[in-house]
Amino acid sequence: MVRTKKITPWLYITPAVFLLFFFLVYPSINTVYISFFDYNSEKFVGFKNYLYCFTNEIMLNSFRNNILWVMLFVPLTVALGLIIAVLADRVKYESIVKSVIFMPMAISFVGAGVIWKFVYAYRPASAAQTGILNALRSFFQLEPLPWLIIRPWLNNFCLIIVGVWIWTGFCMVVLSASYKGIPRELLEAARVDGATEFKIFWKIILPLMKPTIAVVATTMTINVLKVFDIVYVMTNGNFNTEVIANRMYKEMFIFRNYGRASAIAVILLVLIIPMIIINIQRFREQEAIR
Amino acid sequence: MIKKLISIISGIPLHLVIITIALIWMLPSVGLLITSFRPSADVAASGWWTVFQHPFNFTCYTLENYREVILKIGIGKAFLNTLLITMPATIIPILIASFAAYAFAWMDFPGRRILFVILVGLLVVPLQMTMIPILRIFNNLGLAGTFPGIWFAHTGYGLPLIIYLLYNFISGLPSELFDSSSIDGATPFQIFSKLVIPLSLPALASVTIFQFLWVWNDLLVALVYLGGTPDVAPLTVRISALVGSYGQDWELLTAAAFVSMILPLSLFLGLQRYFVRGILAGSVKG
Repeated sequence: MVRTKKITPWLYITPAVFLLFFFLVYPSINTVYISFFDYNSEKFVGFKNYLYCFTNEIMLNSFRNNILWVMLFVPLTVALGLIIAVLADRVKYESIVKSVIFMPMAISFVGAGVIWKFVYAYRPASAAQTGILNALRSFFQLEPLPWLIIRPWLNNFCLIIVGVWIWTGFCMVVLSASYKGIPRELLEAARVDGATEFKIFWKIILPLMKPTIAVVATTMTINVLKVFDIVYVMTNGNFNTEVIANRMYKEMFIFRNYGRASAIAVILLVLIIPMIIINIQRFREQEAIR
Repeated sequence: MIKKLISIISGIPLHLVIITIALIWMLPSVGLLITSFRPSADVAASGWWTVFQHPFNFTCYTLENYREVILKIGIGKAFLNTLLITMPATIIPILIASFAAYAFAWMDFPGRRILFVILVGLLVVPLQMTMIPILRIFNNLGLAGTFPGIWFAHTGYGLPLIIYLLYNFISGLPSELFDSSSIDGATPFQIFSKLVIPLSLPALASVTIFQFLWVWNDLLVALVYLGGTPDVAPLTVRISALVGSYGQDWELLTAAAFVSMILPLSLFLGLQRYFVRGILAGSVKG
């Protein structure tokens, strides 16, 4: 520890604490408060905004879509990230492959949205297809599909693919570091004993990597609950692709209903709270080890 | 000899799988890049992959799309806005966070632990929880739609993760360093500026890249606090508006999107090492 006067530590942390309080703590509390008021926060309405969230059709639709995102996006990103991390470890050009998979992490979701909207581009069957997916379909003599319009499964799935394309690199990087931490002798010993590569993966690698996989899956779940940009850019929630965060933005800026928008934000927080608890517990464990 | 041959042949499926995955991952971006250099008539008439039929025919490429989006559609201005938003919104939080991380790691004060636990909890508070109250305050103070407003917003939002990452690094520095320099009569600030900062440069590089990319690529915060006015709107906001109004002009959309990616991509390719290190140190938040 550095010896200081009593006041010194506060000089160092006050700017940060002030900003954290001003931009995160105070507004969060205030948002809970105004979620019990009407659109411009004048009249107390009790749980009316929450009732709206759980009865309105579009809201229920958004919840369904967010659940769909969690159920598909999280396993897909984690599994793909893990598979690529383990496979790429066996080839000499590992770093090139990893850079390619990781690259989408550097660009904006808006950029990724444009990239993929072009992949899904649709024109009537009579015109030349310029989107690669529909061109592939025409090549096999199939009718072109309006991918982002066919509701509710295909278009949501198409959006989720964009998310997977962006985030798999993140999972791969974290899981790859953990995989490389497994002592090679352990795997060699199993090979000498005649275990197949498949068995080694399920019985040794997977159990050893479980804590890291859990961390990555939590992170992905938090991300996906907040998913906004992809949907905003690609469909803006039309054709049954609405998600909670985009709905909140619409209530706030298009319908100017601050009560409802706040209620949606609170629900989003409540969904994320279990993750906060896990995070804090992990921090405590880390501190205990130190 | 035969054994070697077998091992090469048995490795082929592995290479095939990996290379296929990598190609699939690249394909959408390659399509974007090629389309952004094709004349609009070509883009409307045929797919971007048709350029591979005559790969050395350079007459089928043009810079016209870039000239149009940068000068006429205002992407040049938006690029400048993004730069003006991102620079201060990266430097200010890192400056403030390094002081705080140092104090949390090596100074003793009442409430240190509880404040830090709160900080860790704040890591995952969704920004949506904060936007309406802050927007109201910004409207009252005249900060909505201004660069200083968004600088401070990004500072507040970035602080938890930056402090957390820097704390992890700074608290890992050897404690003898601090004991001996304290005895030698160095003031806390001298220890900070002469020891902690120089030793933390790798960690500082990581968080700088992180925050830079986060702000550069942000859409939501800019939409809420800046709005869509071309005077201040960054690339992400402008481009998402273009998607609505120029929906079928792919040569323009792809050129605009590529302009927005040039800087993050070069940063990423040049400094990937620090980026990866940052992710590994703080895989708590996206």
